[in-house]
Amino acid sequence: MSKRIKVLHLYPREMNIYGDWGNVLTILRRLEWHGYEYQLVEHHPGGVFPKGVDIVIGGGGQDSGQSKVQHDLLAIGDTLHALADDNVPMLMICGLYQLFGRFFKTSDGVTIPGIGIFAAETYGGPTRLIGNTVTETPFGEMMGYENHSGLTLLDDTQPALGKILMGKGNNGEDKTEGAIYKAVFGTYLHGSLLPKNPVFADALIEAAVIHSGQKFEPHVIDDRFAHLARDVASKRPR
Amino acid sequence: MLSPKQTARIGRLVKKAMRLRGGGSALPGLIVEKIHPGFLAHALSDLPHGVVVVTGTNGKTTTTKMVTQLLRSEGLKVFTNPSGSNFTRGIVASLLSHVNKDGKLDADIAVIELDEAYAVHFAKQVAPRYTLVLNVFRDQLDRFGEVDYTAKLLAKVVEATTGGIVLNRDDSPVRDLATLVNKTKKIQYFGYDETLARYFPSDADLHGISDEKITLPPLSEGDVVLRSLSNHSATFSFGNHLQPSTKLRIEGIYNVLNVAAALALVRMIRGKACQESALLQEVATVKPAFGRGEAIDIDGKPLEIVLVKNPSGFRLAIESYKLRPADTMIVINDQYADGRDMSWLWDVNFESFQKSGINVVSGIRAYDMALRLQYEEVTVSYVDTSIENALKVFLKDTGSMPKRIFCTYTAMLAVRRSLSRHYHLEPIE
Repeated sequence: MSKRIKVLHLYPREMNIYGDWGNVLTILRRLEWHGYEYQLVEHHPGGVFPKGVDIVIGGGGQDSGQSKVQHDLLAIGDTLHALADDNVPMLMICGLYQLFGRFFKTSDGVTIPGIGIFAAETYGGPTRLIGNTVTETPFGEMMGYENHSGLTLLDDTQPALGKILMGKGNNGEDKTEGAIYKAVFGTYLHGSLLPKNPVFADALIEAAVIHSGQKFEPHVIDDRFAHLARDVASKRPR
Repeated sequence: MLSPKQTARIGRLVKKAMRLRGGGSALPGLIVEKIHPGFLAHALSDLPHGVVVVTGTNGKTTTTKMVTQLLRSEGLKVFTNPSGSNFTRGIVASLLSHVNKDGKLDADIAVIELDEAYAVHFAKQVAPRYTLVLNVFRDQLDRFGEVDYTAKLLAKVVEATTGGIVLNRDDSPVRDLATLVNKTKKIQYFGYDETLARYFPSDADLHGISDEKITLPPLSEGDVVLRSLSNHSATFSFGNHLQPSTKLRIEGIYNVLNVAAALALVRMIRGKACQESALLQEVATVKPAFGRGEAIDIDGKPLEIVLVKNPSGFRLAIESYKLRPADTMIVINDQYADGRDMSWLWDVNFESFQKSGINVVSGIRAYDMALRLQYEEVTVSYVDTSIENALKVFLKDTGSMPKRIFCTYTAMLAVRRSLSRHYHLEPIE
């Protein structure tokens, strides 16, 4: 009997927008399809952070959602840092990506402190960056959809998740998209991101399985719909 | 600048030319807006009962249709914009056939359906006398950004409204608009009895974020509350006064709530002149708007077309129709009017199809939809991006089940276009 992979959905009430649930669902289903058992746990503001987590997924939210989680996020910041250094894979989309940087300074001048896993800063921008995107990454071309007004600037030492080929990415200026620290990935891409990017999904799953102390022995998954959907997505207008 | 008279004439010529080449679109409106930006405001000024705006995320078309029919039954001459043309230029295009030689609309009242962003744009040009706000759900987020932002848009429309406002008493962001309204404007509410709450999940409920307990504003005689509903009938109260039960032809629980919205609005507009018992009888005859559960006869079997525009609408549609199983086709497009972002499909729960499966998936984003269903472990029998081919397969299958198509806006237009070559469909108006 294999050990169950513990999947943590971070702030599912406050930070869960634009199909973020699709990323969690993709991890759960693919774990199953690869022959692994899982346990889905949630963390809410003010709750006790679960022990023995193998993978963490977090999403975006409205400004009101971000303000509801910011204190709790600082409270669990050390725990998240420790997990990150222990190579626990994490995927943080949009709002939580921003708060995994040092801070988010909104266009109203309010500074929301982040937990600084990424050497990055985010500033509220004048317009929303919206549309289909294609990004070149270590996991192949990623198809996604961005929708954000925050502009994220990475330190020179901070690697990006990839180079944006179509779309605006982190800030619309330097062609970077997202950030990577060990197995922690931050990105602006919705879509949902993981269903249409199964190579990336499996990379996260592999890291989670290894963290749980097991060997990753993947099964063959029928990804034809994903490939066809990718083909279509790459040809659509922004 | 050209006079309104000349502008209307040019617009009509363009419209005629467009029709000759088989088009018929918002282009005439666009041209008129360009050569005479004040055309819209001019045409709609001086209407005896002013301009009514119907806005919100879901149910605008059906509600506008109901309000129009109810006002006509009260003897008013009503102008309304054809559904789907709820951009100002679409309204301008349809106004062209209804203005007199001075460029003024020949009607007692105009009832205009507008989405939140266009409502703001419209209200800058023409101050509505009445505004009805139905609900706020996450809709076309790629266009508007965030729900909080949508509420801000609606606030602007409410502020611009001169006479009275009808608000959803049970939708927090809509109800909160009342705080922005100064005392000189009238506010009425529509809503549902608390015993019906489980039928009406709010946007917050759908996302598991409802928390604080709320206090509802007290009811007054002008408010309309849905008190009970059963198959094809419903009971409403005016304030706390229960009215006789009404038969209904429209489908879907949300549409029944929109009946309450339409009644509240028409009662506000008509005031003391309102024939209330006749109004309730008229409500019983309202038919579903096209693509909102309209049924087409296909070789003796009903085919229902259900428009789905956003996660909440799709979820509510699946819930509403769950009790009547049917062979199912889903058509997803991603044109501008549909929304480009496919993320919304992941916010819809398709679990209830796990047993039956889905027969056919089509549209530009057919594979995105098929992928979504794969992750919900729902089997799909046939996938084809060509709507024409997919429809052939779907309609050829001659089981005993009724058929149902869920489709996005431009997908619905394509489905109707394709069907109309072989079957009789009510024209779109």
